[in-house]
Amino acid sequence: MLNFYTSIITTFFCLFLVSLLGMFLNKKNILIMLMSLEMLFLSASSFFIFSSIYLDDITGQIFAILILTVAASESAIGLAILVIYYRIRSTISVELMDLMKG
Amino acid sequence: MYFSIILIPLLSTFISGFGGRWLGRYGSSFFSSSFILLNFFLSLLIFFEVNICGSAVFLQLSPWFSSDILIVNWSFLFDSLTSVMLVVINSISSLVHFYSIGYLDEDPHFPRFMAYLSIFTFFMLMLVTADNLVQMFVGWEGVGIASYLLINFWFSRLSANQAALKALITNRVGDFGLSLAILLSFLVFGSLDYLTIFSLAPLFESYKISFFFFSFSFFSIFGLFLFFGAIGKSAQLGLHVWLPDAMEGPTPVSALIHAATMVTAGIFLLIRFSPILEFSSFTLALLILFGSATAFFAAFTGIFQSDLKKIIAYSTCSQLGYMMFSCGLSHYNLSLFHLTNHAFFKALLFLAAGSVIHAISDEQDIRRMGAFLPSLPLTYSVFMIGSLALAGFPFLTGFYSKDLILEICQVYRNRDLLYLGTTACVFGNLAVFFTTFYSFRLLFFTFFNPTNSPRSIYNLISESSIFIYLPLILLALGSIFIGYLGKDFFVGFGTPIWNSTLFIFSNNLYFVESEFLPPLLKWLPFLFSFTGFFFSFFLNTKNITLLFYKLAFFVNKKWYWDSFYSRFIVFPILNFGLVVTFKTLDRGFIELSGPYGFSKVVPVWASLINLLQSGQLSHYTFLFVLALILFFSSFYLTLTSLLFFLTLFFFI
Repeated sequence: MLNFYTSIITTFFCLFLVSLLGMFLNKKNILIMLMSLEMLFLSASSFFIFSSIYLDDITGQIFAILILTVAASESAIGLAILVIYYRIRSTISVELMDLMKG
Repeated sequence: MYFSIILIPLLSTFISGFGGRWLGRYGSSFFSSSFILLNFFLSLLIFFEVNICGSAVFLQLSPWFSSDILIVNWSFLFDSLTSVMLVVINSISSLVHFYSIGYLDEDPHFPRFMAYLSIFTFFMLMLVTADNLVQMFVGWEGVGIASYLLINFWFSRLSANQAALKALITNRVGDFGLSLAILLSFLVFGSLDYLTIFSLAPLFESYKISFFFFSFSFFSIFGLFLFFGAIGKSAQLGLHVWLPDAMEGPTPVSALIHAATMVTAGIFLLIRFSPILEFSSFTLALLILFGSATAFFAAFTGIFQSDLKKIIAYSTCSQLGYMMFSCGLSHYNLSLFHLTNHAFFKALLFLAAGSVIHAISDEQDIRRMGAFLPSLPLTYSVFMIGSLALAGFPFLTGFYSKDLILEICQVYRNRDLLYLGTTACVFGNLAVFFTTFYSFRLLFFTFFNPTNSPRSIYNLISESSIFIYLPLILLALGSIFIGYLGKDFFVGFGTPIWNSTLFIFSNNLYFVESEFLPPLLKWLPFLFSFTGFFFSFFLNTKNITLLFYKLAFFVNKKWYWDSFYSRFIVFPILNFGLVVTFKTLDRGFIELSGPYGFSKVVPVWASLINLLQSGQLSHYTFLFVLALILFFSSFYLTLTSLLFFLTLFFFI
């Protein structure tokens, strides 16, 4: 029987793992990759918030807000890159992004 | 005077070697001949001062190298043995220099030849005057190199190249033994000087040398190594194969190197080391065995050879066998006496053979000669004198030394229980028979039989210039008188000359007993040589090869020594060198585990690792996460398991 804190941590960890798997199991769409990335940030910031409440420390919440900001700007830049990429290649399939292979 | 006798041949070498282009034929022949002649007179003076006045000279020039107890000086020892060798070397060498002027009168590289002859003389003098083993080794190797250059003088001929290589390499086999002897001498005595070694020798009589689990008597091993050196240089049975082939050089070279000088170096070594050899009955037995076997074998091989010079070469080999077993019988001064006498009559034989060869435009096969007596009377006379001296005809030079050797081995036969003396006796006396046989066979074929040479050549045969016949006459005089004049000096009753130089155990001395042999035994060698003469006289009228067809063929092929060596020693070694060491080890194993194999493995791995970078984003993410996991888990894992995972990762 899991206790309350452990189950919450497990939930967030599962979210983290799901988003991580979503990063590299997906082969088609780069949008999904970006969404997984957002979920990664979400799980991390949720973790921070839970920890700050659990430890009764404000720093975690400050971090969470910072992460929120960074994630927003990052997804804005990512989407911008995606748009530029789509304009050039007319596709956003991840499979075809192998021009830099060794 | 003592230094100049070493330096004059070197100076002569430099003058005709470096200045030959400016001096030309006449200049180089004048300078080198007169220099060596001067050297001859100097050596006579040294002989007088050292031997007649009885004052040995020791000169120290400069230190060569010294490290801890190893001290080697450039120093020269002129004792009775050295001064005798000096006279022999310089007299033969000056006559050969003089002879070469006439013999190589049409050769374009004459100054080079003179330079080689002089450097050879220089190295030989270095060899005999050295007072320590290392300096002696300089001369020892030097005569090897000089003989290479001289045998290879006509370097455009393949056979000359091969013969020179054979001579050098076969000598190197013996030189290896000698260098081991040098190392052993330093190991045991802590010194390389003759004077130290010889004075220390009695203290080491029961000294043992251990090698792995074996223990040997020191003197046996030391004597064995010296013996190896001597058989290489003096062409004794086993390493004799180079001597007949070395006849590829010009005839004066054969006379200098293969009659009087280089081959005597091995005998000189044994005579010089008499204070060592005397302590080892094993070495003495070895010397008797190999010396007498060589004397017999070479004389037997000589009888059916058809090359004029090769017959004389085998005769040299045979006479060196006499000298060697005379050393084995502990009569070193007798060996030296025979060496001296042999130098004169063998140089005479070689030079006379050269005179014949020169007169008939370089034909060496005796089957294509004959009836040269009317056209070459002087060459015939000296050839006859040389042959009679070689055969030990009474009161010629060979008689005084060779018959004495045989008499002494007759005495030795009575004493020795191991039949070694008997071996020496039987082989020695049989060799006398064969010696006379081939000598007279040679004379018959060359001078008496109906001629086989073409009319165009035969009609033009005449005696050569003064450069050729003057040395012959002088050597003929030497061959007649040297033995008689030298007898009292070398082996006279109680001669005091050798007391400070040679050491003979008194229970090995048989000079007195040999004087009182039964007359029949004293007549024996003469009877044998007389039989040999008659055999060759009668068989010459028949065709010998028809009478003893198989035997003649076998003997003519030199008892198949050369084919045996090339098939079972030289070829397997060459094959080993190519297949095992070169192909399997060098180009195979070492290169595969070294640069070649590594350069083959690295690209394979690199391309495998390259495949990881597939360009797929999801792969990169996976690897990234995996690396992170590994990195964090490394805090919980030991290093070995981490390496295991890493290796596993690379091999996937």
